[in-house]
Amino acid sequence: MAAPKKGRRSPGGQGRPGRVLALILIAMVALTGGMFASGRTTPRLGIDLAGGTSFTLEAKNEPGKPNAINPTNMNTAVGIIERRVNGLGVTESEVQTQGDNHIIVNIPKGTNAKQARQQVGTTAKLGFRPVLSMAPGAKTEPTPNASSPGKDKEKDKDGKTKPSGTPSASSSAAASPSAGASASPRQQGRPVTDAVKADATPSASAVAKDDKAKDEKKDDGKKDDKAKDDKSKEPTPSPADVAALQKKLDALDCTTPEGRAKANEAAAGAKPTDVIVACKKDGSAKEILGPVSVEGTNVTGASAVFDSQQGRGWLVQLKFDSTGSKKFADVTGQLASKQSPQNQFAIVLDGEVVSDPSVSTSITGGQAEISGGFTQTSAQDLANVLSYGALPLSFDVVTEQTVTAALGGEQLRAGLLAGAIGLVLVIIYLVAYYRGLALVALASLLASAILTYTIMVLLGQAIGFALNLPAVCGAIVAIGITADSFIVYFERIRDEIREGRTLRPAVERGWPRARRTILVSDFVSFLAAAVLFIVTVGKVQGFAFTLGLTTLLDVVVVFFFTKPLMTLLARRKFFASGHPWSGLDPKRLGVKPPLRASRRRPSAPVDPKEA
Amino acid sequence: MSKLGNLGARLYRGEVGYDFVGKRKIWYGISILITITAIVGLAVRGLNFGIEFSGGAVFTTPKTSVSAEEIRRTAEESSGHTAIVQKLGNGPLRIQVSDLTTEKSRVTQDALAKKLGVSTDKVNTDIVGPSWGDQIADKAWTGLAIFMILVVIYLAIAFEWRMAIAALIALIHDLTITVGVYALVGFEVTPGTVIGLLTILGYSLYDTVVVFDGLKESSKDITKQTRFTYSEIANRSLNGTLVRSINTTVVALLPVAGLLFIGGGFLGAGMLNDISLALFVGLAAGAYSSIFIATPLVADLKERDPQIKALAKRVRAKRAAQAAKGESAEDPRDEIPGGEDEETEDAATGVVGPRQSTARARGSRGGRPQGKRR
Repeated sequence: MAAPKKGRRSPGGQGRPGRVLALILIAMVALTGGMFASGRTTPRLGIDLAGGTSFTLEAKNEPGKPNAINPTNMNTAVGIIERRVNGLGVTESEVQTQGDNHIIVNIPKGTNAKQARQQVGTTAKLGFRPVLSMAPGAKTEPTPNASSPGKDKEKDKDGKTKPSGTPSASSSAAASPSAGASASPRQQGRPVTDAVKADATPSASAVAKDDKAKDEKKDDGKKDDKAKDDKSKEPTPSPADVAALQKKLDALDCTTPEGRAKANEAAAGAKPTDVIVACKKDGSAKEILGPVSVEGTNVTGASAVFDSQQGRGWLVQLKFDSTGSKKFADVTGQLASKQSPQNQFAIVLDGEVVSDPSVSTSITGGQAEISGGFTQTSAQDLANVLSYGALPLSFDVVTEQTVTAALGGEQLRAGLLAGAIGLVLVIIYLVAYYRGLALVALASLLASAILTYTIMVLLGQAIGFALNLPAVCGAIVAIGITADSFIVYFERIRDEIREGRTLRPAVERGWPRARRTILVSDFVSFLAAAVLFIVTVGKVQGFAFTLGLTTLLDVVVVFFFTKPLMTLLARRKFFASGHPWSGLDPKRLGVKPPLRASRRRPSAPVDPKEA
Repeated sequence: MSKLGNLGARLYRGEVGYDFVGKRKIWYGISILITITAIVGLAVRGLNFGIEFSGGAVFTTPKTSVSAEEIRRTAEESSGHTAIVQKLGNGPLRIQVSDLTTEKSRVTQDALAKKLGVSTDKVNTDIVGPSWGDQIADKAWTGLAIFMILVVIYLAIAFEWRMAIAALIALIHDLTITVGVYALVGFEVTPGTVIGLLTILGYSLYDTVVVFDGLKESSKDITKQTRFTYSEIANRSLNGTLVRSINTTVVALLPVAGLLFIGGGFLGAGMLNDISLALFVGLAAGAYSSIFIATPLVADLKERDPQIKALAKRVRAKRAAQAAKGESAEDPRDEIPGGEDEETEDAATGVVGPRQSTARARGSRGGRPQGKRR
């Protein structure tokens, strides 16, 4: 650092240290005020400190669909997983993406971790199933007659029921897509109601027939294996099945969240080719549903739009791929000709009926609209769910951590204790070595601590930053880094004094050099933190974040707090006169004052105004 | 303090000092020895990877009266793998089962909970799939590579390429030593260790940067004088910043020591311990390397620079001439090293002489006159 130093104005404001100090004090007060105003005065704690369960899910491309891992898909997945986890009645769970292909699910303590794991660990399955029968959500008394579909409750969302004189297509005729869409014409021509009355579930028969068809047409390929598996387990249609289904339906209680969760779990576990009983999302109805006729993976996109032209309000548009459009056309063609509720199909996500629109005509062309009674939110929710069906992603649980509240609290205490010990050690060292200057260091550390704490609390709300154990470690390590900046500056000032300067010029002259050293080294530190934050996942990230934050704050504090404070203190007699306890006693610093001071001072080119 | 302050002053003025650069060969030798030991240790013993890398599960039980042996049997029976059981400070047990799949871990967790007679939720678990560790390691390597490239670029811009290279070598040196210590002692390598290691990156460089910053300043305009060679200036600068280096290192180590103490003594094992252990070893290595390795390396590299070479020649010629004339080395200097602004002024007003002789009279090694460093 050469000549022009003396003219340089430091951002510390040599002229107006008080103003700069006031500025940062105001900032601190504002942050503190903001913290209290936001209603939280402690940082959000991570699972390892607060207790709870945390999963890391890793996204995998479904076979044959590369490049599926992208931010859009991941965010949709996060939305869905959030929905599932919150479906457990968990509050304050958090689901977020991490890195490119990971999703972190944090569930606070007091939740059934096992259940959560099941919800989180299984792949979401979206499918369109024809509605065979529907009943109000509450538990029903077993009816003696199992053949009462449709009469329980006519639930027709759109009011577009088209009485059909020719109930020619059984709902199951669409054939389970998992059986390769081998719809067999032989199944048709048998009204569902008849089928049920005849004590054979249409679907069961359909599946059985499917499998027969399957045997004949092996070329149907794709999902042969699954179909074969199914075949072996598939019960032959028997009166007992229908009765059992009806019984199941009767037993189902969709009015309570627990009941629904149970039902969903059971339904989600069923195979696509099974006939299932499921609850409607809002608990208003329970339904017997046929096998999956179109799978969610055949949906290529869905969006919520507002129809202002025809005044239908919010509706959801969805698009199918070529297989999907064909199947959808088939199934809607068959459904359209039936009576309510059998002209409805259910959109089932994870065993829960999200929506059950009715069909009035065969929908061809791969595009469909679902309308009627949507609000903006519900339309978007449905679109979101439907898009998820298009997500060619599956997830593996790669890490799972359960921390009891007791251990979490212990770790938090240990972290805080370690921090306190570290801080005390640093303070003792600083006081022993720098005496009065240590006060400046302490005040600066305090300022840094206040800033760090308030910003952490605020970030906890703003971006969901959670303080975990590594983050605490980062903060503790940062004590050292922050204190280092002061040491660099103090040593500079002392060097200047050794040169024979008095304190005020020394403080100003030492600053530009110290500033550069601090900036360069903090930059390197910050670079390390930034690289860590970007390329790593999991716990390392929390650490990197704290380290980066504290490094930034260190620069802020040194520039806007320590430097102005030093300038102000340099005017105090205690420091300026080099009191033995000030840490700036020229004698103790080894200055040989008589000769040098007098000789040097005239040549010390310090603008007195600056000091 | 007075003593320390005086030492600081004398170091600052170059009255006392250690010839770091001159004796660099010794330190290079020591470092090479340590590094080779570390590498051999790594090759022979390998690293003891924790379950986070190999896949498996760690269970921490609440305080229990069930004996460690019983728990070990339960864990091994239910998992089919060897379990390591450790009693933690105040009663809880830590059970570690490696090579366990996620599903099997849950079975073990249930079995343990049953054995302890508590609900499953009361058993702390940390289950890691086998692929997870590879990813962490991969990412850590990527991070390391990116960081090193960026740092070399940055240092090359902020300082010069020689310093960047020296800093990089010092950094690799620190990392090798730390990893070597882990291999030799057999500490477990966990994500905490990786965090610690990666932090050393920043920290070891922080130290080096502080030293280099001083070096850069004191070697400015070095070619305009003929009194000192680059190595000598580097050494003086190093001695001048010694107090600062020691202080920053001590202050950095103190909180880490706090962490280590609490992590090791209080919790027995875990994240705090892992991070602080790696940090502690790495920081110590970092402080050592920035003083004994990085700066001498810069001097070595610099002395190959034609300009500096010429300077060294001139300095030698001049000294020879002075010796021939019978002049002592304490003569008022003719030119000023370091090129500080006020030095120039000093020189112009001839202020330096007396200071110089005072310093000389105090009798210190090297007989180097005062220069402004940092």
